[in-house]
Amino acid sequence: MIAVVDYGMGNLRSVSKALEKVGQNAVVTSDPAVIDDAQGMVLPGVGAFPDCMRNLTERKLAHPVVDFINKGRPFFGICLVLQLLFTEGYELGRHDGLGIIPGKVVRFEGKAFVGEDKLKVPHMGWNQVDWNSRNCADTPFQSLSNGEYFYFVHSFYVEPDDDKYTIGTTEYGIKFVSAVRWKNVFATQFHPEKSQEKGLSILRAFGEYVNKWES
Amino acid sequence: MLAKRIIPCLDVKDGRVVKGVNFIDLVDAGDPVENATIYDSEGADELTFLDITASSDNRDIIIDVVKRTAEQIFMPLTVGGGIRSLDDIRRLLKAGADKVSINTAAVKDPNFVKDAAKRFGSQCIVVAVDAKRRKTEDWGVKIKESARRIPDKERKADLTWEVVTHGGREVTGIDAIEWVIKMEEMGAGEIMLTSMDFDGTKEGYDLALTRKVSDTVSIPIVASGGVGTLEHIYEGFTKAGASAALAASIFHFREYSIRETKEYLRDREVPVRL
Repeated sequence: MIAVVDYGMGNLRSVSKALEKVGQNAVVTSDPAVIDDAQGMVLPGVGAFPDCMRNLTERKLAHPVVDFINKGRPFFGICLVLQLLFTEGYELGRHDGLGIIPGKVVRFEGKAFVGEDKLKVPHMGWNQVDWNSRNCADTPFQSLSNGEYFYFVHSFYVEPDDDKYTIGTTEYGIKFVSAVRWKNVFATQFHPEKSQEKGLSILRAFGEYVNKWES
Repeated sequence: MLAKRIIPCLDVKDGRVVKGVNFIDLVDAGDPVENATIYDSEGADELTFLDITASSDNRDIIIDVVKRTAEQIFMPLTVGGGIRSLDDIRRLLKAGADKVSINTAAVKDPNFVKDAAKRFGSQCIVVAVDAKRRKTEDWGVKIKESARRIPDKERKADLTWEVVTHGGREVTGIDAIEWVIKMEEMGAGEIMLTSMDFDGTKEGYDLALTRKVSDTVSIPIVASGGVGTLEHIYEGFTKAGASAALAASIFHFREYSIRETKEYLRDREVPVRL
């Protein structure tokens, strides 16, 4: 069973429906006992970094999530949750993240131009991901090709201290990190649950990774 | 590279897709989920449902439509029409919508946009702006030429637009450019911009309006209102700086498929997802 953790911030229905579509048993929950019982976890997130951290903490879910990760079980973070994995974020002031991956979260520079047009922030829409084949080995991302499109909506991006965590990068004014891996933790800045067949293929591969981890 | 988005818009009334020109002579065009599935398979980048249900008794039907759509379609879905409260937004997002578009309620109370963005995040708050040209004497019957002309710096001051509501029947006195600046400040994540002069004309977008709005704010602009040919969509992206093109009738009536549209754009070096 894959726990889709409800802490009042994510598009949970889209995520659980997408997991069901690829044949996984997904349970939307905020119960630490159910979380502890799960073989895999998906944590979706939208909104602002400090609100998200506050909701996780206030609902007493930050510890169960970090415990789950520390037990080495497969974890998938989406969009804002990729950012929360980092040491610190700079949305609406400086805030601590979960501190799993060393690095920070910063904003796109809205004054930049792409040709004649302003660099629009949020970065919204379908953009391409290039995969780091070495860091993608033995992950749910290993069979993806470079240049496939995925759906993004975000104004901030992550800057890991070390590129060993980077599994995917995307160009938007600059080249930024759009997917990371730390042990059994995977996270994407884009929304696999909104990226049609290509996105579902990642969730399918994550489900298979979870099933393999069980056995 | 970020692809320019093609967004088909479905008008939904009492839970059914309707087709018509300017909301007149509406004919039933089937189940929204079935229509959405077709656009999904053709490679649409997002979908928009515009709920034009008149009776408040039937307002909840759209929630069910959104739920059924989200079970089958894994792409971004925006829902607009009649959104008045934070609770309306909460229910639509919970049903599976990714974004909501707010129009009249924003004009009535701009703080509604601020509250909505604060509560749900800017990424899901689209402000729909219907704008109309204030000066018409320089175009009159020459609507086509006027739409195609991007005013140079000297002329820019001549053209102004006003925010209108209720399909253009009510004027607000609000300057459209000042309005989009305000909406960005309030936390809107995107502007869906419709020219009420060109909507339904098939003469193309109001390029001057779209260019000016796009240059003014940093948030993405979805151009809407007036598309009759694929060249119009091309111009919206290349001349007016739109991030996305929304169209209803050319896709509804199968004049062009989404795929055909994207191939046309790709052949002219506009980045699209194919």
